[in-house]
Amino acid sequence: MSERDDHELRISKIENGTVIDHIAGGHAPDVLAILGIGSSTDEVVSVGMNVPSDRLGHKDVVKIEGRELSQDEVDVISLIAPAASINIIREYGVAEKHRVERPAVVEGVLSCPNHDCITTDGEPVTSRFEVLDDGVRCAYCETILRENLTEHIDV
Amino acid sequence: MLDRDHVITAKNLSRADIETVLDRAAAIERDPPDRDRHAGRLLGLCFFEPSTRTRMSFEAAIKRLGGDALDMGPVDSSSATKGESLADTVRVIEGYADALVLRHPSEGAATMASDFVDVPLLNAGDGAGQHPTQTLLDLYTMRENAGGLTDLTVGIMGDLKYGRTVHSLAYALTKFDASQHFVSPESLRLPRSVRYDLHEAGAQVREHEDLDDVLSELDVLYVTRIQRERFPDENEYRAVAGEYRIDAETLDRARDECIVMHPLPRVDEIAPDVDPTDHAHYFEQAHNGVPVRMALLDLLLDDTDDGEAVDATEDDSANGGSR
Ligand SMILES: [Zn+2]
Repeated sequence: MSERDDHELRISKIENGTVIDHIAGGHAPDVLAILGIGSSTDEVVSVGMNVPSDRLGHKDVVKIEGRELSQDEVDVISLIAPAASINIIREYGVAEKHRVERPAVVEGVLSCPNHDCITTDGEPVTSRFEVLDDGVRCAYCETILRENLTEHIDV
Repeated sequence: MLDRDHVITAKNLSRADIETVLDRAAAIERDPPDRDRHAGRLLGLCFFEPSTRTRMSFEAAIKRLGGDALDMGPVDSSSATKGESLADTVRVIEGYADALVLRHPSEGAATMASDFVDVPLLNAGDGAGQHPTQTLLDLYTMRENAGGLTDLTVGIMGDLKYGRTVHSLAYALTKFDASQHFVSPESLRLPRSVRYDLHEAGAQVREHEDLDDVLSELDVLYVTRIQRERFPDENEYRAVAGEYRIDAETLDRARDECIVMHPLPRVDEIAPDVDPTDHAHYFEQAHNGVPVRMALLDLLLDDTDDGEAVDATEDDSANGGSR
């Protein structure tokens, strides 16, 4: 429990909301981007970065007060943080705990890196990516994307 | 009957779909259909990049079935350059035509366009993506000339990275358990997405940089053009292209029965001295575009025809399969 005690010193407990734990070190900003949390947010958000972790070496933790994540949001987080766990907090306790699961398809979240892809042409079309074991694949041009997914997050 | 409304990628054509089209094409070649078979039907030709050959073969196919083609004309005068979206263009032309043929420089264009139309849409090439009707005529040519389609050993050489005909053909060949040999320079190897599909399909695939590693085993040698514009440097292009050029002497090392194919136009990757040899099948391959596209249109338009459709495949299903 030392790991838990350790970051609880750094990040205060929340009453109601979501704790996203076991994000690979340094990727908390990507998770915030997926959730649409930027400089203009009025939500109460705590972020721990590069917290020592037995499982990951270093991990990031994001706590969001007063918000329970939707399945769509969890699906997308799974693409960049496959080891993440999602804890739904109600009245200071963990009410639900989920490991993220990768969805079959993500829509409207990533933009295709292929400049010759029809989805980059200003057509009235929502990007759609099939989720593979080790990457994602554009449903239109079939380009496979394995690394640097966060560079293509379109939120 | 094809069990799909649109023909977008060879990946979505089942072996049965392919055999249905090829059987129908064989029947059409043997016994051309009545000139009024699809009288009054209109095929919309939406070519956002020039391709005289593919456009004319579709036009010939619909006219030989008694229908007619509506051509949106050269791209530079079309609304595409005035900023109209592809989605809008196909929705408008759908109102004029019974089926659409789309050629577009962007990958995935046909997939997207098919989401917006109800009439059958045929992909006639989308960027470096797919070109499934070319694949059907390639397979037809192989079936007629290489002793059927199963258990073939096929060598595919040239630009495997950007060659959409190669991508479509490779998917289709996996459905016939072909052994596939890909011959190309390192820089023009198959793209990751095609490798992924071939792997998923359990295809028998090997890659080579030198044609001689495999030439003597081949039933089919499918040559494609290496395009100069893929290389930043003219010298680099020349060095690579020269390595992947064949002539009659090269083919001395091939089996006598090996057929040479090419999705024309060629530049200099097949020397003219190959033309008179028994290996050369690329002009026949191009001619096969018409019966194969007639077969495809016949099958797709049948679904929406009121008139009695003559099922030409009925007596002929054994024809191609038993060769
Ligand atoms: Zn794409």
